[in-house]
Amino acid sequence: MSVGLNHYLVLGSVLFAISVLGIFLNRKNIIVLLMAIELMLLAVNMNFIAFSHYLQDTAGQIMVFFILTVAAAESAIGLAILVVLFRARRTINVNDLDSLKG
Amino acid sequence: MNFADVVFFLFAAILLLAGLRVITARNPVHAALWLVLAFFTAAGLWMLLEAEFLAITLVLVYVGAVMVLFIFVVMMLDINLEELRQGFWDFLPLAALVAGLMIVEMVMVLGKETFGLVAPLAKPENYSNTKELGRLLYTDYVYPFELASVILLVAIVAAIALTLRRRPGLKAVDPAWQVKQSREGRVRLVNLKPQKPEYKSEEEDE
Repeated sequence: MSVGLNHYLVLGSVLFAISVLGIFLNRKNIIVLLMAIELMLLAVNMNFIAFSHYLQDTAGQIMVFFILTVAAAESAIGLAILVVLFRARRTINVNDLDSLKG
Repeated sequence: MNFADVVFFLFAAILLLAGLRVITARNPVHAALWLVLAFFTAAGLWMLLEAEFLAITLVLVYVGAVMVLFIFVVMMLDINLEELRQGFWDFLPLAALVAGLMIVEMVMVLGKETFGLVAPLAKPENYSNTKELGRLLYTDYVYPFELASVILLVAIVAAIALTLRRRPGLKAVDPAWQVKQSREGRVRLVNLKPQKPEYKSEEEDE
């Protein structure tokens, strides 16, 4: 059995499922939630690169390039919001962030 | 099974283990370190897929910048771990059901599916992945590339603006105010008449 496209796709989907599991489990901890999102983006990038390799089309890698850019911006802003939040409330527990009564 | 396949299965196992440890680690710092391992392993897998530039970028940008930022923030915040871990496994049945269903569905759809694609032949010796990506980025994808740079700029400005602490009553010089000052606001000419000194009191004493 040699490794083909399906192996990479299954690996990506398992990684994605793991990060969904992580979002369920770490629902109180914003930092680990952000890490789970990073893991999710990694799983998606894995699919893009696998297809790019097997289709011999570099456009998939360009897409990964942009995803990396946006993900870096997202985590920078997310962590900045986290720092501001911690300064204001002294907690990062999602349960304590209920001032909007949603 | 050749060497590349063994490497793939080894790296896939490490990647999944690291992913599982990221979401179950008790300490967020450990979670961040496991995520670093996951990124390194993913970079190895991308090398196997001949995406060399992106593999290096993943290590440089993610491990070198984003994860360092994560670890900085985690260590800066004083987190009450016990409170955050309370009821950690409460949603496990539901979460395992959702994740398990996703995996089963994906394996059923993708398990044998290769979309008629076989592994491509080896690239010629003078082929450069970086050169090819650079060519595409500056020709076909030049507008998205510019947009990506604007997004990064927005991220910089937003992160600084959010975390900037404005302290009232700070004694700092304001160069703009200083430059704006004119002579009129500062110098007042007073027209004084010449007058004699007053020695009256001394004369009266004599």
